[in-house]
Amino acid sequence: MSDFNTALADMPAGEGQARRRTMTLNMGPQHPSTHGVLRILIELDGEVILKAAADIGYLHTGIEKQCEVRTWQQVVPLTDRVDYLANLSNNLCYCLSVEKLLQLEVPARVQWTRVMLTELTRINSHLVWLGTHALDIGAMSMFMYCLREREEVLKLFEMFSGQRMMTSYFRIGGLALEPPRGWQKAIGKFVNMMPDRIDFYENLLTGNPIWNVRTRGIGHLTLEDLLDWGATGPMIRAAGLGWDIRKDAPYSSYEKFDFNVPVQTDSDVYSRYLVRIAEMRESVKIMKQALEGMPEGPWQADAPQVVLPEREKMKTQMEALIYHFKIVTEGFTVPAGEVYQAVEAPRGELGYYVVSDGTSKPYRIHMRTPSFGNLMVLAPMIENRLLADSISSLGSMDFVLGDTDR
Amino acid sequence: MLTDQVKEMRVTKALEAALPGVIADGKFAFAELTLEIAPGRIVEACAFLKNQDRFIRLAAITCVDLYPMEPRFEVIYHLHSMPRPGITEDERLRLKCRLAGEAPAIDSVCSVWRAADWYEREVFDLFGVSFNGHPNLTRILMPTDWEGHPLRKDFPIHGHKYDYKSE
Repeated sequence: MSDFNTALADMPAGEGQARRRTMTLNMGPQHPSTHGVLRILIELDGEVILKAAADIGYLHTGIEKQCEVRTWQQVVPLTDRVDYLANLSNNLCYCLSVEKLLQLEVPARVQWTRVMLTELTRINSHLVWLGTHALDIGAMSMFMYCLREREEVLKLFEMFSGQRMMTSYFRIGGLALEPPRGWQKAIGKFVNMMPDRIDFYENLLTGNPIWNVRTRGIGHLTLEDLLDWGATGPMIRAAGLGWDIRKDAPYSSYEKFDFNVPVQTDSDVYSRYLVRIAEMRESVKIMKQALEGMPEGPWQADAPQVVLPEREKMKTQMEALIYHFKIVTEGFTVPAGEVYQAVEAPRGELGYYVVSDGTSKPYRIHMRTPSFGNLMVLAPMIENRLLADSISSLGSMDFVLGDTDR
Repeated sequence: MLTDQVKEMRVTKALEAALPGVIADGKFAFAELTLEIAPGRIVEACAFLKNQDRFIRLAAITCVDLYPMEPRFEVIYHLHSMPRPGITEDERLRLKCRLAGEAPAIDSVCSVWRAADWYEREVFDLFGVSFNGHPNLTRILMPTDWEGHPLRKDFPIHGHKYDYKSE
């Protein structure tokens, strides 16, 4: 580009015309490659982006405000809607933080089921990311292949919770429903199918010369910059630091699972792709371990003040009926205090900061969402680089605008 | 005041030794450490924790409105230090600054972590706390012509009444 720029600068300016002209381009809010409603203001000099500024907030729905007028259990469905591709990660993070405040220990079977389904969520999210990212770069068929497998994931979600996307399957103190009969067979089938499918994606992309040219060396940022700008998750792991909350501060019995944290060092779009592909394989590994070692036991905690009683008990026992009535009408109280719980969501660190004032409604919930932090990196990642590369850089950040705007 | 348990923690000792009097209060609950910092000294406390101590990462900045209590606002900083070459523990620290309800303002920590940029804008947008020295303190989530700060406790959940007739 430098030769072209020098030539442009040396060109004689016309009468009343500036020597160098830049163009301001409005990308979005409904641009297909922005994956939602993100608006980016770009100042262009020819093909080079001089300055970029992201404008967010188009999907702001005031979820944090709404949480303050719901009872503790009623907040769970709202957390689904924060990141609509990683809803179970959000459910998990919220439930863990409230359980921490309640000092409630959930049974091993619940913890393992949560791990299994959260990993399934990670595969779901990465599949949508891979499909759309490849679509942006021009590999259209990937989108169909990825959504084919995602359909299987959604069927599993539907089997467990009755819902394909907004599952709300994890509740404070356990699960929403008992895992359905025959889930082992369905999960087993998926776990056996998935590694071959990931090989198939890699066959199409990893060695593909067009893919390599479009992604290698693009969107590079140093690890220090990424950390300073607030990026988390696969972006950090693609820059050489093997930081994964599942390993460093295990929650929900992740310490009992054997898995690796994939790390790459190039910190470009290609290495982010490699990290996410490897993460899908690790997720399949974790799901397999959860399937094989799933402990027996109850699917809800033994906490009658918090967990709804079984339907049958409610019809035959006075106490169960009273608890049911109280939990449904006024909710349960949570001791006053504040906690911050972080989990490793598909996009990075998801943290819920929950403040309770001892009543049956949350006083304040702040969601530290991974997309919000990751999107701050946008400007340094695409500035002073080619406009065409900004599309693959954007895709490699893997943000969800619902997650950013809440 | 500080309990013995909080006083004995590594971060408390380091911070108190480097910047005496900066810690106004602190508590350790649910295995999480919270230190209350004098609002005027937040930038030097953060700069010390990032540059001389190990908290290289700012996870988030947020705010809690304690309306009608005074001081009304609590600005919360979530700091994090992940295991990396030379450091084995995963450490989290929460800093808290209390601000009065009348024209709440605090110094920006953008000069310490660039990640503070959007988080401070978010707190400004939703709570109306202004950050002195912030490079671009504008609304980020709400429309630019929005009136009021929605996450304040005295902001009604259904929003302000909208008069359709006057349109």
